[in-house]
Amino acid sequence: MSTTFRLLQEILLNAAARYPDRTALVAGDLRLSYREVADYACRLAHALHQRGVGRGGRVVIFMDNDWRCAASIFGVLLAGGVFVAINSQTKRDKLAFILRDAGARVLLSKSNLAWVFGPVADQFPTLQVLCAPDTEALPVGVENLDEVLADLPATPPPQSAISLDLAGLLYTSGTTGEPKGVMHTHQSLLFVLDSINDYLGISEDDRLFSALPLNFGYGLFQWFSAVRAGAMLVLERSFTYPAQVFKRMRDEIVTGFAGVPTIYAMLLDQDAKQPLRFPSVRLLTNAAAALPAEFISGIRRIFPQAGLYKMYGQTECIRSAFLEPALAEIKPESVGCAIPGTELLLFGEDGRPVAPGEIGILYVRGPHVMRGYWNQPEKTAEVLVPGPLPGEFLLKSGDLFRQDVEGDFYFVARGDEIIKSRGEKISPAEVENAIYSLSAVREAVVVGIPDRLQGEAVCAFVTLREGDKLSAQQIKRVCSERLENYMVPKHVLLVSELPRTENGKLSRKLVLEQYAALLAQSA
Amino acid sequence: MLIKQTIRRYILENFLFTDDESALQDGDSFLAAGMIDSTGVLEITLFIEETFGLKVKDDEMLPENLDSVDNLVAFIQRKQVVAA
Repeated sequence: MSTTFRLLQEILLNAAARYPDRTALVAGDLRLSYREVADYACRLAHALHQRGVGRGGRVVIFMDNDWRCAASIFGVLLAGGVFVAINSQTKRDKLAFILRDAGARVLLSKSNLAWVFGPVADQFPTLQVLCAPDTEALPVGVENLDEVLADLPATPPPQSAISLDLAGLLYTSGTTGEPKGVMHTHQSLLFVLDSINDYLGISEDDRLFSALPLNFGYGLFQWFSAVRAGAMLVLERSFTYPAQVFKRMRDEIVTGFAGVPTIYAMLLDQDAKQPLRFPSVRLLTNAAAALPAEFISGIRRIFPQAGLYKMYGQTECIRSAFLEPALAEIKPESVGCAIPGTELLLFGEDGRPVAPGEIGILYVRGPHVMRGYWNQPEKTAEVLVPGPLPGEFLLKSGDLFRQDVEGDFYFVARGDEIIKSRGEKISPAEVENAIYSLSAVREAVVVGIPDRLQGEAVCAFVTLREGDKLSAQQIKRVCSERLENYMVPKHVLLVSELPRTENGKLSRKLVLEQYAALLAQSA
Repeated sequence: MLIKQTIRRYILENFLFTDDESALQDGDSFLAAGMIDSTGVLEITLFIEETFGLKVKDDEMLPENLDSVDNLVAFIQRKQVVAA
């Protein structure tokens, strides 16, 4: 662990040199050693070089959550490029937006997703598509990734990037509805990786389990944490078929498990039907949304040997806080303190520190803070504010917290109207925009309502133009055609009128208040 | 036939949000087609338990039982034979 690295890809090359035959990744029925992952990534780096990707070049990875996606991230880095991994549920409009916004040179995908990327790629004459064959045939004009890689050397190409260069653009939902590319450098990602592996105590003997998507910081860092330590990652495409997931966890005797509250809720439901036990797990983490305190005793029963780490973070700095497992029951509402090597500060609206115990806006200080939002200087300036030293920036999280006398932090409220459902961030505006694509819609307001399994469920209130007809199902359908599945409203309520503020504006808050009774029924 | 129609109607209405029968092939993998995710499988399980009076066990929540119309129909038929 004492080795320091300048570039993120060095963690893979180092693991492959130290533990060439150790299993790096178990994905489905496939097991890959560190040498195999590194070989694949190096071949891909050469292929990307040949297609003009060099230092700083953006490569979009649009793949299922599998070994190719995991290995491709390092392939892009080894080419000197910037990886942009996106959710395999992404639909055409958003894929096009990200390809355009990122200025992607190459798209890496798989033929089962050709129905999404095929029509989009045609709009980008300079974009090169490398596509891994799957059960479906490859579309016309697209190169077969496996054939391209077959003849390339498995040695790393010369490295030109430095640690201040961008390593990844992590797209995240924004309040305005358009995703923002969070810029992370090799330095920021390596720093936060070492901090995480330090407080979690991850070692080469760990076998981490994750069914979280690699396009999302928490999921991505399961892979990075494993590679950094020379450990093994058991990667599942999703948590869709629990029995399959549980079997894999038992077969691989996993020592770490990364979950979000929705996953824990599902485990608890299963345990209530038939007792579930995973005694091999020593390390349990929760992030992405707050873990309800009433889940903790059940989780302890399912994972009797595990320390439970409750964590808090955001894409803009990956991780901000963690709570020591010994405090999980003592401070069930707390997210703990700053991760090693960083600082958390609470300021009032006036930008001054708040008194102890008072509510303030959380600011994050440390080398893990992003460099800004790609191509969005105004939005960047809203969240990166000058820090104590010249040239330094603090990250304004926007969320409201308070701190106890021992310095542990407590989440109070979100500072924006982002919905957190199943651990995913959902912009109400993005869902509303999809609904507005139906001409019969007069107005739409999307809110999150409490839901035991999902945390918050997406709920849409819609009014129609006079004389027009539309069903809730038609509205859900247009959402499913344009948005990732988790964004499709669980409830659609057609109403005759929506409440407005004194200034005549639609208000999500007023909608929630006015329809509280109706919501209680539908939930 | 009734089982298949019931399943098809449920999947079309609740996951594809349509009554267009051509949108769903009986052999389509729900997962590969991106139609469902983890909470979707729980909903399907609940639906077949309630509709067909079955109990789906934890270790039966596998793609070979649940991941297509054909798989669901075969699974429900097997369960009904056992129950009868």
